Amino acid sequence: MSAATERPDVQASRAPAAGLATRPTAPLLQVSGLGKSFGGVRAVDGIDFDIAPGELLALIGPNGAGKSTTFNMVNGQLRADRGSIRLQGRELIGLAPRAIWKLGVGRTFQIAQTFASLSVLENVQMALLSADQHVYRLFARASAHRRDDALALLAQVGMAAQALRPCSELAYGDVKRVELAVAMAHNPTLLLMDEPTAGMAPRERNELMALTRQLVVERGMAVLFTEHSMDVVFAHADRVIVLARGRLIAGGTPAEIRDHPKVQEVYFGTGRTFEKKAPVGEGSR
Amino acid sequence: MSFSGLLIQLLNGLAGASTLFLVAAGLSLIFGVTRIVNFAHGSFYMVGIYLAYSAVEHLAGSIGFWPALLLAALGVGVLGALVEVLLLRRIYHVPELFQLLATFALALVIKDVALYLWGPEELLGPRAPGLSGSVELLGRKFPAYDLFLIVVGPVVLGLLWLLLTRTRWGTLVRAATQDRDMVAALGVNQAWLFTSVFALGAVLAGLGGALQLPREPASLEVDLHTIGAAFVVVVVGGMGSIPGAFVAALLIAELKAICIWLGLVNIGGFEISFSKLTLVVEFLVMAAVLIVRPWGLLGRPPAASRHASAVEAPLNPPGRWMRTVSLVLVAAMTVLPFVTAGSPYVTVLAIDLLVAALLAASLHFIMGPGGMHSFGHAAYFGLAAYGAALLVRAAGLPMEAAIALAPLVAGAFALLFGWFAVRLSGVYLAMLTLAFGQIAWAIVYQWDGVTGGSNGLTGVWPAPWLADKRTYYLFTLALVVAGVWLLRRVLFSPFGMAMRAGRDSPLRADAIGIDVKRVHWFAFAIGGAVAGIAGALFAFSKGSISPESLHVAKSIDALVMVLLGGVQTLAGPIVGAVSFTWLHDTVARNTEYWRAMLGGIILVLVLLFPQGIAGYAQRLIARLPRSLR
Repeated sequence: MSAATERPDVQASRAPAAGLATRPTAPLLQVSGLGKSFGGVRAVDGIDFDIAPGELLALIGPNGAGKSTTFNMVNGQLRADRGSIRLQGRELIGLAPRAIWKLGVGRTFQIAQTFASLSVLENVQMALLSADQHVYRLFARASAHRRDDALALLAQVGMAAQALRPCSELAYGDVKRVELAVAMAHNPTLLLMDEPTAGMAPRERNELMALTRQLVVERGMAVLFTEHSMDVVFAHADRVIVLARGRLIAGGTPAEIRDHPKVQEVYFGTGRTFEKKAPVGEGSR
Repeated sequence: MSFSGLLIQLLNGLAGASTLFLVAAGLSLIFGVTRIVNFAHGSFYMVGIYLAYSAVEHLAGSIGFWPALLLAALGVGVLGALVEVLLLRRIYHVPELFQLLATFALALVIKDVALYLWGPEELLGPRAPGLSGSVELLGRKFPAYDLFLIVVGPVVLGLLWLLLTRTRWGTLVRAATQDRDMVAALGVNQAWLFTSVFALGAVLAGLGGALQLPREPASLEVDLHTIGAAFVVVVVGGMGSIPGAFVAALLIAELKAICIWLGLVNIGGFEISFSKLTLVVEFLVMAAVLIVRPWGLLGRPPAASRHASAVEAPLNPPGRWMRTVSLVLVAAMTVLPFVTAGSPYVTVLAIDLLVAALLAASLHFIMGPGGMHSFGHAAYFGLAAYGAALLVRAAGLPMEAAIALAPLVAGAFALLFGWFAVRLSGVYLAMLTLAFGQIAWAIVYQWDGVTGGSNGLTGVWPAPWLADKRTYYLFTLALVVAGVWLLRRVLFSPFGMAMRAGRDSPLRADAIGIDVKRVHWFAFAIGGAVAGIAGALFAFSKGSISPESLHVAKSIDALVMVLLGGVQTLAGPIVGAVSFTWLHDTVARNTEYWRAMLGGIILVLVLLFPQGIAGYAQRLIARLPRSLR
């Protein structure tokens, strides 16, 4: 088993050297003992994982496994009940999404969120203005701000040719590309992508993920993404962690996960995961 | 302050609560299903009283008093159904602000039709047969009819509950209140569901009115008063919740009753007049509820709307065409008082137009790019006008200093009110700003010692060098042009872009580090401050200032100006303000029925040009070949 399913108390001791000795680089993001309950339901029940710089980590699991809850705790939209989320050693729990963004975390949404009444270029310029702390300037011309940098970012996602179009006119796949450019405007060290390929055609999916992979390599950025589409996960992730009913049940390379009996059970259904007493197999706690 | 006195006041409160509940329940029902905030609901109530008066006068002899009242309520129901079929069906798809504007126009039309049919005098109906006497309670007399009214409220609540939970129709209504798109997808005929709900809501309002006939005279003033009170009840109870409306009606009516009972109280050497509080108590309750529980006492957070307002085209800096037109316009306006020297009224009217244009531009700044639909914008206009007047009269400052400080006064109030307002959105934000506007109005209206109460303040004249109307006009022109230019400049700045970004997608804005609430809060204050410039100019142009300058009706005028011109264009508010003020002036001088005319024109505009005058012009220009633009 990977470090993803180590006992929470090991990591909770916060001895940085303990986990690091075995790893080539220090983890960028360290999640330990993370939990969240809604009413009496433990949506996420004490999970641990970490992400190394330059790594593409996929978070998968069936519906209701707690993927979105986990994801939204990392980006600050939900507040965790317990555990810790550390970015380069700094605790993120309790910070607002915009504060987490300031620490170098970008994100994209499951349903792409862009500014519909701004042009494609202005969408990116807005993010650059915010990154440069110019939001409260009342008399400067916003459209003159770092136009070339914004165009360069758009060129990276292949949207430079449509820079002057209103965002509301774009095809959905293109909106996702613009969102990616917006999310990368402040050179994040970690990019969070919530179902990045949801609502896209198969060809578009692979293009978007290939683009993401390329950006990861060029910028040395890490990516955490949730995904439903297994072909996307197995084709593009460096490492995969699997959630089921709020717990991490497996972690490893795509090949390891594909052959993992527990994962097959969850995805292809013996039905036992939905019973009270799931058999204790390899990888479960 | 005896116990029996309290009891009588509490019973009075209960009787009032019943009427309030009937009107509010109808409003809430209509909003729940159709998502239309029906401004004409107070008019249905008013028509209910008038119809009851006529029905009792002509029919009581043949069919009896009570059937005549019921007939009046049903008559209002028919009116409601007609309104739904002829007007509302055409506007369900337009943004909610236009629906508000349309129902507001309808209220204007109905008022003038009532004026035509029943005349301007108040009409007092007969006492209710069998209930004309009074009952003795703890040695005090209490009208028997009011006891009857106390019973009516809970009975109607019970009947509505049965209707909504025990019938197929009721199930559909409840389903549509939760998710009307889903109900439509299940194959329910929405058209008839909406018509029947609207008719039922109108019947309830009409019944509330008809039942008032033995208690109060029919008058043309009750519509606005009633709609204000009913809005508050619906918002406090939770939009779409009938039990919520009942609880809120009880709460507000009883709080008012207690305020009347307390009267003048001496607390720690200060005389506090609780009876004066009755003017604002409902708005205080609403403000408090909206801040603590934004969805009302028994309401639920609204589901994300699937048809949010139409997406705007990106703002483009003024092209050559636009610049030329603006320059020509400003030049023409500069020479206006000199070419019209023969008719000095033109200059006076032109000052009004300019002031209205600045007020509308400042409201548009908040509403359009900021996405905050303020229904109390006149508060900042009026508070600045009073501020300027007081600075000159009481503090003895020169006019120039007063005009410079007035926007700061308005901006400070906008910062205070805006802090609460930006925490809400949509209809709730509209209602909270309305509440703040009403509270500001009530304070100014009652604080005789400082504000001159209902008479206002007089002797607010400009400095000697501006005494000539033409000079004052040029002074106004300069400040208005500067104000409009300032607003435009800000819209194209990083701050203005952040305002628009926060309106388009608060989630995305937050995810790139923009504090959306703070940006919108400051925007609200900027809009308020610029409205303050308009207010100060207004005060000195009239020489006096009255509470009307910050009344809700003034806020609604400003709203109509913005919508008339078009929310989505920058020139819209100016075009709208000028057309509205000019129309108001022309129509009001030529006919007794200016409200109906105005209402009719607004309806035509909403039905034919929902994008506003300037928006329509922009579309026409976009159709021209590029070389001509």
